[in-house]
Amino acid sequence: MDLSYGSEYDAFREEVKSFIRSHKHKQPKPGDGIKSQAMRDWQSLLIEHGYHSRTIASEYGGYGAEPDIIKSRIIAEEFGAERVHRGFDGQGVTMLTPVLLEMGTEEQKRAFVEPTIKAEMIWCQGYSEPGAGSDLASLTTKAELDGDEWVINGQKIWTSTAHHADWIFCLVRTEPDAPKHLGISFLLFRMDTPGIEIRPLVDMTGDANFNEVFFTDVRVPKHQIVGQRGQGWQVANAILGHERGSLATPDAAMNRLHGVKRLMREESINGEPIMSNPVFRDRLMKLEGRVLAMQYNDMRLLSAKINKNQDVRLAGMIVKLTGTELRHEIECLGIDVMGEIGLSYGDNPHLRGHGSWQYQYMFYLGLIIGGGTSQIQKNIISERGLGMPKEPKIPSEKSAEKSAKEA
Amino acid sequence: MEFGLSQDQLMLGDSVRKFLASEVPLDTVRQLAAGESDDSSVWQGLADMGLAGLIIPEAHGGAELGMLDAVAIAEALGYAACPGPFLSTAIMSAYLLNAAGATDPLTRMASGEYRVGIAFSDVIGSRKGQVTEADSKLTGQSLFALDATADAYLIGLSDGRVFMIEASELTRSSLSTIDVTQSVCELSFDQSPACHVSSSSELVWQTIHRGRAIQAADTLGAAQYMLDQAVAYSLDRKQFNRVIGSFQAVKHMCAEMASQLEPCRAFAWYAGHAFDESTDEAALTACHAKAHMAEVGQFIAKTSTEVHGGMGFTDLVGLHYWFKRIGFNRQLLGSPEAVRHEAAELEGLC
Repeated sequence: MDLSYGSEYDAFREEVKSFIRSHKHKQPKPGDGIKSQAMRDWQSLLIEHGYHSRTIASEYGGYGAEPDIIKSRIIAEEFGAERVHRGFDGQGVTMLTPVLLEMGTEEQKRAFVEPTIKAEMIWCQGYSEPGAGSDLASLTTKAELDGDEWVINGQKIWTSTAHHADWIFCLVRTEPDAPKHLGISFLLFRMDTPGIEIRPLVDMTGDANFNEVFFTDVRVPKHQIVGQRGQGWQVANAILGHERGSLATPDAAMNRLHGVKRLMREESINGEPIMSNPVFRDRLMKLEGRVLAMQYNDMRLLSAKINKNQDVRLAGMIVKLTGTELRHEIECLGIDVMGEIGLSYGDNPHLRGHGSWQYQYMFYLGLIIGGGTSQIQKNIISERGLGMPKEPKIPSEKSAEKSAKEA
Repeated sequence: MEFGLSQDQLMLGDSVRKFLASEVPLDTVRQLAAGESDDSSVWQGLADMGLAGLIIPEAHGGAELGMLDAVAIAEALGYAACPGPFLSTAIMSAYLLNAAGATDPLTRMASGEYRVGIAFSDVIGSRKGQVTEADSKLTGQSLFALDATADAYLIGLSDGRVFMIEASELTRSSLSTIDVTQSVCELSFDQSPACHVSSSSELVWQTIHRGRAIQAADTLGAAQYMLDQAVAYSLDRKQFNRVIGSFQAVKHMCAEMASQLEPCRAFAWYAGHAFDESTDEAALTACHAKAHMAEVGQFIAKTSTEVHGGMGFTDLVGLHYWFKRIGFNRQLLGSPEAVRHEAAELEGLC
């Protein structure tokens, strides 16, 4: 057990600290949108110094450093400690870029990676459909080849940032006769293509964090496909792996838990600070134990990534499930310790923390469901982590008919 | 940066697991339960492997290893529901006596021939009035002393002083609990001559916290055993022409156990490591690890039993020995609620 990063990293940490000190004032301010000049300038500055897109080759607009997990961790730690903006990390950056680098053509890499990481090209993700949620591979939005163009018809849902996006990476059914996982293709197209309609989807928080996107005879050049026809599922799965763990980092959970502690010290009922209530205090300490477990689990995952000497598959698989459920409970305690004040929302003058407690309480319920529901996570953990069998498949209507005929 | 067990620690854990798998089968625990044997031969076997002297300095015949090593071993002991006074003699008493400079008994403790139990009920929570001392003579009672067959006991007084007393100088009655693998007793003193060991309240608490970290690791091992058994049973047992492990209801129970348990491994390691590095948060981490592991353990003890259906409730598969071991660890040296209260105090929240 050695939790130090080694003295060879001290200089690097100093470098990061000094960058933050001298450039902090340039970071985007609250209210600067993802398309603001301030955001783009900050993004370029971060890439130039290697604090964003660090390991992406410079020929594609990245910083071009060799992968070094500890350096990446130090950057995250220092930016986190100073609460400095980490740069734009939309779905194009976190999910599409790794896939393009792995599976895209040279032409696609050159066309898309640089503008994407520099926040000049904003992406949205077209995966889920009204009839294809947990069973994503049953998606029915279809693309048919007509000359040199795909013609797309169908509907996507849960499309965050669709209203800001310049482009979409989208799963469509191109081989209707193939088995469902082998009939999907991964297309890229502009969001201002004629035939695309975006409808905001207002959720329980009162905001429209997501959209519905409708496609009617949307025509897309044939070459705007990643991988081959029918390979889209493989491509999509490579990206989903990137999404899950990042929805619930234990350090963010610990920050929120400290926020609950502050509330419990500052808020009082009948002149007694909430912290003196042993029932609330016990709930707080119980949650703290759970967050600590996740923080040490995270350190173990980091160590395994560096040293490659531990099997941490299970430890990694549980992060999304455990982390989102835990976070939801932390937000819940934040509300409960305030009592009726905790109900405050919107323009209520008694609002605490800008209304974040109720907002996050609801938002994390969304994250428990999104990115693979808790129940899907439990399937993954039991099947891939514990080696338990899959549910027996119910034969589809087609194959049932076929076997009836054969009989 | 390296967060995990070293090669040596992995090998140590493996060799203990192998020894336990061959030398301490469930029959050993059953014989203990039936009163047909005691834990002395098991303990001698563990002592011969060096476990009794694990943290005792080499100068006194020990292996002079640390708390992370002890955590790795405790996990293996919990996995096998192994009887014996590892917690009391090898960890708590060995640590306290060595730290207090009372090193005389250490050599005999390391060889396994001398066992020193722990009677700290006055420190952790007194129920029957307190033990008093006058002229190095103790009077009173101590409940739930660890190790019913120890050769001597360390008695913690409510003011933090610690005395050592030979078993022959006190009246001892063994107490039956749910867990036959860890023995406890009630001690009565009536002007019993005792030897002063320490006056440091801090040292007593350091000892208790170390014990708690070991209990957390022990419960981790026991809970891992129960999860492994649940998965194995679910893949064997068939109902409705399917193994029950193919039903989502059962799979999700197992996934919930795994997702609660897996982070506890890293937590237990860190709890041990924090003592080895004498970090400021070692005591706090031990409290949290003990309380958190008690909750996770309780959930797994219940859920694993349920996965086994009716068989889980019987004595036939013997799963209940682990269920009870987890229950025992939960209450001894402080219930989760009591320990979380201490954690809050350590953080200055109350």
